[in-house]
Amino acid sequence: MNDFLHDWGLAVITFLPLVGALVMLLIPKTEEQTHKLVALGTSLAAFAVGIWILFEFNYDAAERMQFTIDRSWIELINSRFIMGVDGISLPLVVLTLLIVPLCLIYSLNHIPEPGNPKAFLILILILETGMVGSFVAQDLILFFVFFEVVLLPMYFMIGVWGGEQRQYASIKFFLYTLFGSALMIVSFLALYWLTGADSFGMADLAASSGGISSTAGFLIFGGMFIGFGIKVPIFPFHTWLPDAHTQAPTVGSVILAAVLLKLGTYGFVRIGIGILPDPAHDWAPIIAIVATIGIIYGALGCLAQTDMKRLIAFSSVAHMGFVMLGIATLTDYGINAAVFGMVAHGLITGMLFFLAGSMKDRYHTLEIKRLGGLLVQAPRMGWILGFCAMASLGLPGLAGFWGEFPAILAAYQPAEGLSETLFRTCMVIAALGTVLAAGYLLWLLQRTAFGTPKEEFENNSHVSDVSPTEWTAWLPLLVLILILGFLPGLMFDVTNPAVQAISSVTGG
Amino acid sequence: MDWFLTHAWIIPALPALGFVLILLFGKRFLGPTRAHWIGVPLIAVAFVLSICTGVAWIQHTNDPHGGPLADVQEECSRTVQATGSEEPAEHADEGPTEGHAAARGRSVAQEDHGTEATTTQEGGEEHAEAEKHHDTQPVVRCVSWFDTGDHSFTIGTLVDGQAVMLLFVVTLISLLVHLYSTDYVNGDRRYTHYYAFLSLFTSSMLFFVLAENTLQMMVGWELVGVCSFALIGHWWEEKPNSDAALKAFITNRVGDVGLIVGVIVLFFGAGQSFSIIDINIGANEGLMNHTVLLVASCCLITAVMSKSGQFVLHTWLPDAMAGPTPVSALIHAATMVVAGIYMVGRLYPVFFEGLAIGGSSINLLALVGGVTAVFGALLAFVQKDIKKVLAYSTVSQLGFMVTALGVGAWTAAMFHLFTHAMFKACLFLGAGSLSHASHHSFNMVDDMGGLRRVMPRTYWTYLIGTLALAGIIPFAGFWSKDEILAGTGSANEGVGNYHFALVMLLIGAFCTAAYMTRTIWYAFYNGEYKGHGHPHESGPVITWPLIVLAALTCVIWLVNIPTKFFFDWRPPESFTLKFEHYVEPVGPFFPGSSDNFTHAEFNGWIAALSLLVAGGGLLAGYLFYWKRALKPLENLAEKSRLAAFFKNILVNKYYFDWLYTDVIVHAVKKPIAAAAYWFNQKVLDGVVDGAGKTAVASGRFVYDKIDQGVIDGVVNGTAVVATESGGELRRTQTGRVQQYAALFFAAAAILAGIFVLVIG
Repeated sequence: MNDFLHDWGLAVITFLPLVGALVMLLIPKTEEQTHKLVALGTSLAAFAVGIWILFEFNYDAAERMQFTIDRSWIELINSRFIMGVDGISLPLVVLTLLIVPLCLIYSLNHIPEPGNPKAFLILILILETGMVGSFVAQDLILFFVFFEVVLLPMYFMIGVWGGEQRQYASIKFFLYTLFGSALMIVSFLALYWLTGADSFGMADLAASSGGISSTAGFLIFGGMFIGFGIKVPIFPFHTWLPDAHTQAPTVGSVILAAVLLKLGTYGFVRIGIGILPDPAHDWAPIIAIVATIGIIYGALGCLAQTDMKRLIAFSSVAHMGFVMLGIATLTDYGINAAVFGMVAHGLITGMLFFLAGSMKDRYHTLEIKRLGGLLVQAPRMGWILGFCAMASLGLPGLAGFWGEFPAILAAYQPAEGLSETLFRTCMVIAALGTVLAAGYLLWLLQRTAFGTPKEEFENNSHVSDVSPTEWTAWLPLLVLILILGFLPGLMFDVTNPAVQAISSVTGG
Repeated sequence: MDWFLTHAWIIPALPALGFVLILLFGKRFLGPTRAHWIGVPLIAVAFVLSICTGVAWIQHTNDPHGGPLADVQEECSRTVQATGSEEPAEHADEGPTEGHAAARGRSVAQEDHGTEATTTQEGGEEHAEAEKHHDTQPVVRCVSWFDTGDHSFTIGTLVDGQAVMLLFVVTLISLLVHLYSTDYVNGDRRYTHYYAFLSLFTSSMLFFVLAENTLQMMVGWELVGVCSFALIGHWWEEKPNSDAALKAFITNRVGDVGLIVGVIVLFFGAGQSFSIIDINIGANEGLMNHTVLLVASCCLITAVMSKSGQFVLHTWLPDAMAGPTPVSALIHAATMVVAGIYMVGRLYPVFFEGLAIGGSSINLLALVGGVTAVFGALLAFVQKDIKKVLAYSTVSQLGFMVTALGVGAWTAAMFHLFTHAMFKACLFLGAGSLSHASHHSFNMVDDMGGLRRVMPRTYWTYLIGTLALAGIIPFAGFWSKDEILAGTGSANEGVGNYHFALVMLLIGAFCTAAYMTRTIWYAFYNGEYKGHGHPHESGPVITWPLIVLAALTCVIWLVNIPTKFFFDWRPPESFTLKFEHYVEPVGPFFPGSSDNFTHAEFNGWIAALSLLVAGGGLLAGYLFYWKRALKPLENLAEKSRLAAFFKNILVNKYYFDWLYTDVIVHAVKKPIAAAAYWFNQKVLDGVVDGAGKTAVASGRFVYDKIDQGVIDGVVNGTAVVATESGGELRRTQTGRVQQYAALFFAAAAILAGIFVLVIG
């Protein structure tokens, strides 16, 4: 068994959810409880294998790809079926494997309108395959396929189970991301042809990418910049995000925030910088500028919101700005911070969306001015909201800090050849962004949790405290936010070797 | 005894444990009124441990061994790693110290607890200075926290005189406040929550105090801020309270920008190290660029301005009085607000070199402190709320400490921090006792009066606190304030010649004495009691902490008796300057060895002047309120338009709140945020929507001819899926989407081909 998992573990975690989805297709739609259990069981099985990988992973060689699978796949275009995890992918894979079962637990009694758990849960499992596959794929075509597999289930999730404007939001999400993907695949193909590499394997491409001209490199990276940048999303490609988040059902928002956005930042680190370190240098100042604009702009956008869920959505723009700033420095400090920031944002913002969903269930509105006094009516939920707001604003001692502060730190001394003046300016502006973050999050907390309930909800018995299902789904996230906050080494020590392998090429 | 120095981490761990236990079991197992059963014993143990650590430190200082870095664990400091056994020569040739057999050693940090393996070497000849000042040996212990980049970052404890002093202050005041609260907060709607956060605050503060590196300091710094937020907003049902909490947190965040940038600048300046020892040695021995130090100190001063309530970021502190009174005593007077002072003291070489404190006559620290000392004190005159008077008094006194640091009087600043903690806690708890008696009001003008007869214990302790704060001999405040005044070097030899600072502090001292007399008049005299109900003396649980603190106020000055006194009287040397001896560091991590660094001696003229000024303030208050002898000054604002103008400025707190809340915050929250959002929706999203609509329109046109609307099909698919089964979903995907995918790849390949042909 161990040998089998060593050889095929990554394929197992990737395709097990798909197998679960296929099984569910055979079960009649009316067996709702069975569907829920099959879906949850499948994702838990995948998670268990993920934990096994976590224990079997060789941390002393975290810079190397491990559990590799390398089989011929589409010989016609020299694309191979290559999978592997290193210190950068591992935390993201485990995050994905954790988030999905938690979402399924939450869905046990939170299937959004218009119901049909069978279809809903199948979509989540397909999503899981796409997400895990993207993080373990080491071949560009394979990566691209998984990257696109994610798109459709999310499109249907928003379009069918979403809010009032679901049609608009889902089409916008779909077309916008598709547009980015188109540029991305053009870049991938051009990269392959221009380098003359033996295959679409990332390692092959990285080894032979030095030969392409700087103009070509710049344009190819530009295609990826737009493709990944839309997914992240970085300013000014972010406008699909607030709509998608606001309209998506709760677990859709959670998965979107916790994992989907990271496909973009992960792509920057693994493919953008990993394969094209020199063009990355040319693009770094641009990325740093848009990232910094995103930090301030996202925060201002938050301050203008009247809807809690839309506010949280906008905060992602600001938070991903810190991640992108870390990446733009091209240094080991910065990229480590970025990977930490991805996971921390996944945990924290995922948790905030869970809360928003549960509050919507209770109040049937998320309009901030109608809410208030959550701490009176549901004290535990109120405290969790306070805890997450503190984590989200980057409080030291909670996970959010370790994505933010080291990214700001890294900007003081970017990689060789990058303008110190520019990056230090970005550093100061980014630091100012932390004030705005405190502003909009505490303002949200004050208006929703403090005070006394508004008249219309005063004697509303629907507003109950955290239910057991919710506790089960949330507790792992809350504990991780706390543990990673106090023991950041748990993650930095894993990512650092792999990040250094990348930053040694970029001169960071 | 060294065990206490190397295991100091236990002290913050105890209240942290208390927090967790109270949170998990407080309400469930102890009921809603007994959370202190967990909180009080743990903080009491922490207090005992702090005293033991203090005693251990005294023994450690009396019994030096090895060089100044002998007790720094190698992993914690890059300097120690780099020098290894090659200790810089200048620290080795100081002679053996007076009365202590241990000789100085050359080697550093190759042993665990320092005592066994020190290679002993005879130093050079004895010289007079070395007799009195041998190097201090901070005890630094750490463990690896995380690795990023090429460096491993550590977390640990730095125990030295400064840390030990604050450990004592924090645990003492915290213990008294814990006890006091069992009565004062009794019956509160969130008693358990109150004790949980009190414990968490104590733990965070101790964590901050013991921090071995600046990163760790930052963590503690923010955590105390959160506890402050939670406790200011303790009664969050009322909007003014949550407003005050938000104001405190966000104002502090503004200062934290300075902290973040300052810490980063120092990190790179010290060769990528957060270690306080490394930073201090780097700054002190000229290894760090002066510009770097200047930028870092200016940034860090911003942080001090917010945390320690200095102008112009002081506005949150008076509002913070919205929290329960024991919290005001502990957090917003005695401990948390001195974090800024402590941080400057910790990184003193950075400020000393960066601001060129030695031999100068003005710098940013002295300016900020001096301005705050006076302008904070002036605001106290127009307050009706007794807690607000004390809050502005805290602002002003913190200004004294900042000035002291600015003029190079490090020990004076620390000593004032030490004494101020005692008498200010006494005053705040006294104000709490007053309000406890007078129907929970803090309005001394309208709801108190004549309370001296019914509340004798509160009255006497409050009076002692007032005299100490005013700086009347022999109470603690006189001695520490006098050291600061002498330290300005204006009239005698000091680090520099800070005339401006001396003038400002004297004005501040006059005002302090006068406004404190005012509070005594309104609360304890002023005819009969004016509030509701029948006032009564508070119970023993409330009055005993007052008595303890008042007693300490009377005696703690003994720890730092000056070497000479009025009329050149010299106390026996073995009693003098103990505080300075055990608290002030000596060694490469402190500017003490700098040529400019001298210790101002007691100066009879300055002391007499300060007594005269303070006495003048008391007398003015006495004449004005008791004797009504200053009739022309009564109701001055009604008689003179100029006076009315100034009073209006004071009542409006110099319009800072208006500027911050109504102008800046409002501008960011409303027009600027709205403009950004308008840009987002109309411009950016407009472009996206426009592009999307055009694409859909042209797509529909094209595909209508080839296929019956791929995009439309997908759109319609959603509606179908909503109603039909999963089978329909499958058909939609396999049918339409495959075609779309094929087209998509073909188009991409063609574009890429064109690209390769053109560029390649």
